[in-house]
Amino acid sequence: MVSVLKRGLAIITLLIIGYWLAQGLAGVPFGQDKMLVGRYYLEHVIEQTGSINAVTAVVVNYRGFDTLGEVTVLFIASTGVGALLWERKKRRTAKTEGSIVLTTGTRLLVPFVMLFGAYIFIHGHLTPGGGFPGGATIATAFLLLYMAFTMYEIPHKAFEKTEGIVGMAYVIVGLIGLAIGGYFLYDWIWQTWGLGRDNVGRLFSGGFIPIIYTIIGLKVGTELSGIIDNMLKEGVKE
Amino acid sequence: MIHISAFYFGSIALVLIGLYAVLVKKNILKMLIGLSIMETGVNLLLVSIGYISGRSAPILSEGITPDKAVDPIPQALVLTAIVIGVATTAMALSAVIVLYRRYGTLNVEEIRRLRG
Repeated sequence: MVSVLKRGLAIITLLIIGYWLAQGLAGVPFGQDKMLVGRYYLEHVIEQTGSINAVTAVVVNYRGFDTLGEVTVLFIASTGVGALLWERKKRRTAKTEGSIVLTTGTRLLVPFVMLFGAYIFIHGHLTPGGGFPGGATIATAFLLLYMAFTMYEIPHKAFEKTEGIVGMAYVIVGLIGLAIGGYFLYDWIWQTWGLGRDNVGRLFSGGFIPIIYTIIGLKVGTELSGIIDNMLKEGVKE
Repeated sequence: MIHISAFYFGSIALVLIGLYAVLVKKNILKMLIGLSIMETGVNLLLVSIGYISGRSAPILSEGITPDKAVDPIPQALVLTAIVIGVATTAMALSAVIVLYRRYGTLNVEEIRRLRG
């Protein structure tokens, strides 16, 4: 009885909230041109950043500092997962090996999944995607390895070092911009050096967007793999 | 021309479905799934607000001029929101793992009762 009452109450609340949301959105016309700042970005993106993908130009170039904060949030989250699931000694406790389909498929697919992830983050300034989806794709490859083989573990030392180095590299790229152009994360490769000016729309263009997205891709990939590792292992008594 | 704002209703529906799971379900994992569904609804809402009928993705190649592209800012915002969503989901899931180890159950009411 209680649960029926609760469910009914919940549905009534939801209907009221839904009505409010629909009322509010009825004033926002769908599919019409409401751009203000977006128009500026679209018109100036190629001359100012060299990237043809306006979304990644906004994320990495115009709002690069926010993205540094975003990477920091991911880092804090992975640290938090590590702290919450901390044990003195952790080991993988899975007992059954993956099925033959899973193991064979993993052996075949892992290199291609990693290649695809690298493709996504290197071509961030040309195609949809960028460092975050690319890094997540690379972490998927490690998740596959974890599921297929009971004894597999990521190379912890190398991953921790990579994570630290690429995290510092992001700040260093920003600081070089500060030294050359006068503000943090100034796009020195495109604005000062003018590299790839006649190459817009091909791989070697876009200023520092491919470089920063490679950094972000490696960082996200290693961090998400670390989260997977933390969640899959269980503490054992010594 | 699409005049019906199906995407607005879709996103409202997703938010409501997620909220229903959060309000009614007793299993913590199902509540977390509800939270993720709500997040998807909000993301869909943001992207559809930036949509302009008949225009293409904001990638300025192959004849797409600034007059033929949709608003890039909501998409950049949603890209950020998805990443933060992944981070918070990972944190919440590891908190759930700790809860299960301590109490041996995922039922919210039982956990509340065990705490006294």
